[in-house]
Amino acid sequence: MGAGAPPLSGPPKPQAKALNCPKCGAAITLRSFGQAETVVCGSCHSILDAKDPNLAILQQFEIKTSAIRPLIPLGTRGKLRGTDYEVIGFERRSTKVDGITYCWHEYVLFNPYKGIRYLSEYNGHWNDISICKQLPMADGSSANYLGEIYKHFQTSDADTDFVLGEFPWQVRVGEQAAVTDYVHPPRVLSSEKLDKEVTWSIGEYMYGREVWDAFRLPGAPPQPTGVYENQPSPVTTNVTGVWVTFTAFAVFLLALMAGFDMRAKKEPVLHETYQYHRAESKGETSFVTDVFELTGHTSTVEVKTFAPVSNHWIYLNYALINQDTGQAWDFGREVSYYSGYDSDGSWTEGKRNDAVVIPSVPPGHYYLRIEPEADPSLPNIAYTVDVTHDVPVFGIYGIAFLALLVPVVIISFRAYTFERSRWSESDHPPMELSNMSSSSGDEE
Amino acid sequence: MTQPAANCPNCGAKIVFRWSSSVQTVCEFCKSILVRTDVDLKKVGQVADLPPDSSPIQINTEGKYGNKAFVVVGRILYEYDQGGWNEWHVMMNDGTSAWLSDAQSEYALSWSSKAQNLPAVAQVHVGQQFTWSDQRYTVSVITPAHYRGVEGELPFQYWDKTDVTFVDLRTETGKFATLDYSDPEAALYLGEFVEFDDLKLKNLRSFEGW
Repeated sequence: MGAGAPPLSGPPKPQAKALNCPKCGAAITLRSFGQAETVVCGSCHSILDAKDPNLAILQQFEIKTSAIRPLIPLGTRGKLRGTDYEVIGFERRSTKVDGITYCWHEYVLFNPYKGIRYLSEYNGHWNDISICKQLPMADGSSANYLGEIYKHFQTSDADTDFVLGEFPWQVRVGEQAAVTDYVHPPRVLSSEKLDKEVTWSIGEYMYGREVWDAFRLPGAPPQPTGVYENQPSPVTTNVTGVWVTFTAFAVFLLALMAGFDMRAKKEPVLHETYQYHRAESKGETSFVTDVFELTGHTSTVEVKTFAPVSNHWIYLNYALINQDTGQAWDFGREVSYYSGYDSDGSWTEGKRNDAVVIPSVPPGHYYLRIEPEADPSLPNIAYTVDVTHDVPVFGIYGIAFLALLVPVVIISFRAYTFERSRWSESDHPPMELSNMSSSSGDEE
Repeated sequence: MTQPAANCPNCGAKIVFRWSSSVQTVCEFCKSILVRTDVDLKKVGQVADLPPDSSPIQINTEGKYGNKAFVVVGRILYEYDQGGWNEWHVMMNDGTSAWLSDAQSEYALSWSSKAQNLPAVAQVHVGQQFTWSDQRYTVSVITPAHYRGVEGELPFQYWDKTDVTFVDLRTETGKFATLDYSDPEAALYLGEFVEFDDLKLKNLRSFEGW
C-alpha cells in the first residue's frame, strides 16, 4: 500500500521490533508497530506485556498438548478481500456443550492502515471476521444487523486454552467469555461478553481453499467435516423460488395440453369389425382394409384394437400403408386377457383393449394391412379396429412433468438435509432430533 | 484563511497556525506547549516524547469526508488499560474543525455538539440509551483513560490533564457519540464511523515492510 509522501520531520519509519523474552531469552518480534497489548513467547509461552519495553511477564501457562500449531504460521502475509494482512497472533479456544469439548482456532491479522481482522477455523471451516461498527439489535431468538435478520444458533462459554504471538487486547489463558452466535449464511454475527463489555463481530464463511490461496500456503487445507453454522448451503438456489417456477411450468404444461386437445381433430377414419377363423388361417391370412383419407397437416394416427378375448391372446401384425407413396409403418399389437382364482383371490391380467399412436403421418390416402395370429386354442373371434386421425399425445407432457419434478424434489431434499445437519449442532435442533434426545433422556 | 504567524517564546522558532481558531499548539522544535493569549504565545508546559505509536495518520495527513477536504493539524493521545488511541484534530476546508479518532485502526469522525443537560458520569451505565438530534444512541463502553500527550494545534487548552473518563455510544446505523468527562462539565461529540478507504488519506506514515 502506498503511504504518500514521507513525513517532513518526526520519528523514523516504524519497524517491526526485535526483542528477547525476559523469561527464556528467545527472540520475539513485535509485528504490529505498537498495536499489540500482549505478546506470547513462542518457546516458553510466557504472556508478556507488549507495551512494556522490558516485556514484563503477565502470565505463564502450561501447554497440555504439544500438537497445537497454527495452520498459518505467524508472520505469514496474505491478501484478504484486496488488503494485505500479516498473521500476528493465534489462539485456541474451546467450549463445552453437553460434556463434549469443541475446539476452534483464531488468527489475529494485522495491517498497519486497516487495523485488525480475524480468521477462525473449526474442523476445516473458516470464517473471515471483523468487529461490527454498527450496533446489532438482538433479542433471544434473533438479531438484526444492517437490516438483515440473523437467527440465534448457539450460546456457550468460550475458554481461551492456548495463545501465541501478539494480541491487540489483554489476552490470558483460562479467560472465559460468553459467546452467542446468530447466523444468516454465509454470515455469522457473534456477541462476545467479557465482564461487562460486549463485543459484536461479523464473520463470513470462507472455504479452506480460499484461505490457502490468500496466504499462498503449501499443500491442501484440511478437509472440512460436517456442516458449519454459517456454511452456505450447496443448494444455492432459493428452494421456494424453484417450487414457484415448477408450479408455473406445470400450469403452462396443463394449458398446453388443453390447447392441443382442443385443436386436435380426433377424426374417426376407419371403424371395422373383422372375424378371425382358425380354420381359414392355414395359408395367407393377411388382408387389407378400405382406403381412408388423412386430410390436413402431418399428424398422429391412433389405431385401437378391441377383441373380447378371455384367457386367450390374439396378435395383429399391422402395416399402415400410404397408397400414394407406398410408405409403410409396420407394428404389431397383442390383445390378451386372462383371469382366474388362486389363494389370493381373483386375478386378471391384460386388457381387451389396445391403443397405439403413430406419430407424424403425412396427409394422403392410406389403408391398413392386417395379419392376425391367435392362440391355437382360440377357434374364432370378432375384433374391432378403429383408426382416428389427429389425436393429442399426452405422454410427452407426463415425461416433461417428471423431468421438471425430479430436480425440484432433489434440490428440496438436499436443501432440507443440509439445513437439518446445520441446525442439529445448534441450541435449536430440528424437531425429530430433539424428540429423540428427550425421549432417550426420559428412559434413563 | 489567514495563517497567523508568531515565534516560539522558548526557542524562537516560527510558529504557524493553520487553523485560525486554534488555542494551543506545540512547538515542533522544542516541544513547548504554547497557548495563545491576546498578545502573544505563552509557554505553559513541555511535551514529553510521545510513545511510539501505530497510527498511520500524522500531522499534515490530508483526507476527504464527503465533498469536504480536511487536513490533520493536531492530536491528543490517550491511553487506557487495553491500549491507546488518538483523537486527531482535523481542519475542514469550510473552516470548521472535527475530530478523527483512530482506535486501533477503527476510524470515526465527530463534531462537538451543543446538546445541553448531559448526564453526569456517575449516572451513566452500559446499555443506557440517549437521544440527541433525533437519533437514539446506546452506551457501548465506558473507558477510564488517561491523557498521554498532545501534538500540534488544538481548539482548546489541553495539557495538564491526567485521568479522563469517556463514554462511547453507538447506534444501529453506524453513528457514534462520545461523552467526554475531562472537564467538570461533560462535552458531547456526535459523528459516525468511517471506512479507511473512504477517507482517501494522503501523506500517511509509511511502515517498514508495508
